[in-house]
Amino acid sequence: MEATIKEQELSEIKSKINNQRRKLFFQRFLLNKLAVTGSIIIIVTALFALLAPFLTSYTPYEMQVANRLQPPSGEHIFGTDNFGRDLFSRVAYGAQASMGVGISVAFITSLLGLIIGLLSAYYRILDHVLMRISDGMMAFPAILLAIAIMAALGPRLENVIIALSIVYTPYVARVVRSAALVIREQTFIEAMKAQGASNMRIIWGHIAPNTLSPLIVQATFIFADAIIIEAGLSFLGVGVPTPDPSWGNILYDGKLVIYNAWWMTLFPGIAIILSVLGLNLFGDGLRDLLDPKTNNAKK
Amino acid sequence: MKVYLLKRILSLIPVLLVVSVVVFMIIHLTPGDPAAVILGPEASEADKESLREQLGLNLPLYQQYFSWMGGVVQGDLGTSIFMRKSVLSAIFDHLGPTLSLAILSQLAAILLALPLGIMAANRRGTLADQTFMGISLLGLSVPNFLLGLFLAIIFAVNLGWLPVAGYQPLSAGLWNHLKFLILPAIALGTAQAALIARMTRASMLETLNANYVKTARSKGLREQIVIYKHTLKNAFIPILTVIGQTFGTLVAGAVVTETVFNIPGIGQLIINSVERRDYSVIQGTVLFITVSYVFINLIVDLLYGFLDPRVRLENIDS
Repeated sequence: MEATIKEQELSEIKSKINNQRRKLFFQRFLLNKLAVTGSIIIIVTALFALLAPFLTSYTPYEMQVANRLQPPSGEHIFGTDNFGRDLFSRVAYGAQASMGVGISVAFITSLLGLIIGLLSAYYRILDHVLMRISDGMMAFPAILLAIAIMAALGPRLENVIIALSIVYTPYVARVVRSAALVIREQTFIEAMKAQGASNMRIIWGHIAPNTLSPLIVQATFIFADAIIIEAGLSFLGVGVPTPDPSWGNILYDGKLVIYNAWWMTLFPGIAIILSVLGLNLFGDGLRDLLDPKTNNAKK
Repeated sequence: MKVYLLKRILSLIPVLLVVSVVVFMIIHLTPGDPAAVILGPEASEADKESLREQLGLNLPLYQQYFSWMGGVVQGDLGTSIFMRKSVLSAIFDHLGPTLSLAILSQLAAILLALPLGIMAANRRGTLADQTFMGISLLGLSVPNFLLGLFLAIIFAVNLGWLPVAGYQPLSAGLWNHLKFLILPAIALGTAQAALIARMTRASMLETLNANYVKTARSKGLREQIVIYKHTLKNAFIPILTVIGQTFGTLVAGAVVTETVFNIPGIGQLIINSVERRDYSVIQGTVLFITVSYVFINLIVDLLYGFLDPRVRLENIDS
């Protein structure tokens, strides 16, 4: 009887401590100017993408040839493009493509990178093979490998996600592996082994949670890089194909009329810069919060 | 030093192996029959068969790899189906503009970044330092092709100071050569400058705390000498690493920047080849750039093993 009461008390105390930790983390988060500015920018961009249908009465595909290349006005606040399509709605719907690629790539690479990183940190033989492969993959300049994969797969939004996931998974695996290697050597893991815990339980229940903070920080930077590379690929004509809007292919169209329509470059450009800057700020801030020991110089 | 050199070179073998397999696999990633993809939907069965024969696509995969690699190690990257010349000569035809652009960007970035990074480190925490950190983060967040487009609109379209696009080789005169490269070089070099400047600042800050810097100061040496002779010299290794390691990124970035300014470099070669589905050129070019990149990194590593005796001693011990 006494024991159960003590256990109850114990779990109450535990949950209290956890609650307070969460509160404390949140307070520290609010004090971190970088993280707050970054997250505000990201939330605004995400809302812009999600609420696109409600923000504009034009569709991104509707062509009004009579209204070609109109400068920004009350009617079309970002102006119109070379086919007479409303630029504001193309940039807003383009946010869905660009942010969609970014978040998918961040998510897929996190999952794959977590699995690969943990396995190679735990099993030494696997480590040699997996890390040599990742060394090789990381030897490619990112945009070049992405172009090569896109050349093989063909220009489609889904293929951009596949290509960028292949390109960035090794970077996540590296980060997870180096965090996991440190955890693996700690006494509590040794204690678990002595108690006869299974490898799976040790890896997923005890090592994995401790690699999450560097993983999340890395995923934020990959989110930002994916937006840049998606825009680059679409700008080169090997990413998201027209007429579907993405920030990159709006810029491609804009380059064709660079003498006449500065707005076609300015608005999608600002969208890219803001979202990437927001993610980089958020990532820097998060890193300061989660991992105060690391160097402040980026990358 | 010899042991270090040997170890470092041996470590390249698995990297190059993986790189070659990945590049080789590009053509096999295409959904369906590569010959049909290359020739388009209207091609006859006989044409497809002869192309399969020519590319060796009928052989087992490992045989294809070895025969392709056999050529590659002898400097034969294959033949462009579209241009009817060897891939290597196509690369050399386009290499000049890309190298010119990359080197010019790198020079501009170093000249801008070193003084700014040193200045920011000296004024740590001041408004100047914070402004510098903010601007450099902005520099890292603007993709080079976007900056290129903005610069082209401002300085070429509106002000008319420089040409919007195009290229002239160095043989057409220095100014004719440079005037086409100034905007692309700024576009490409800005992120590079931001990266180098941030590394300079971080490395300087770390070194400024060292005891020998305190000693130098307490001896009453002039601040200029303390900073440039005692601190910068020792802070230089990580800076050099960043400069070397990002040179490959710069060449890859040039691929995109070139497209903005219609410079007939490697970038144009790759993008045109993607449109023409000329896979041997895509494979050859990607392999060429990546292998050059790997070797540049090797040279940088060896260089700082040479600059800093601690690096080579550490590597022998371990």
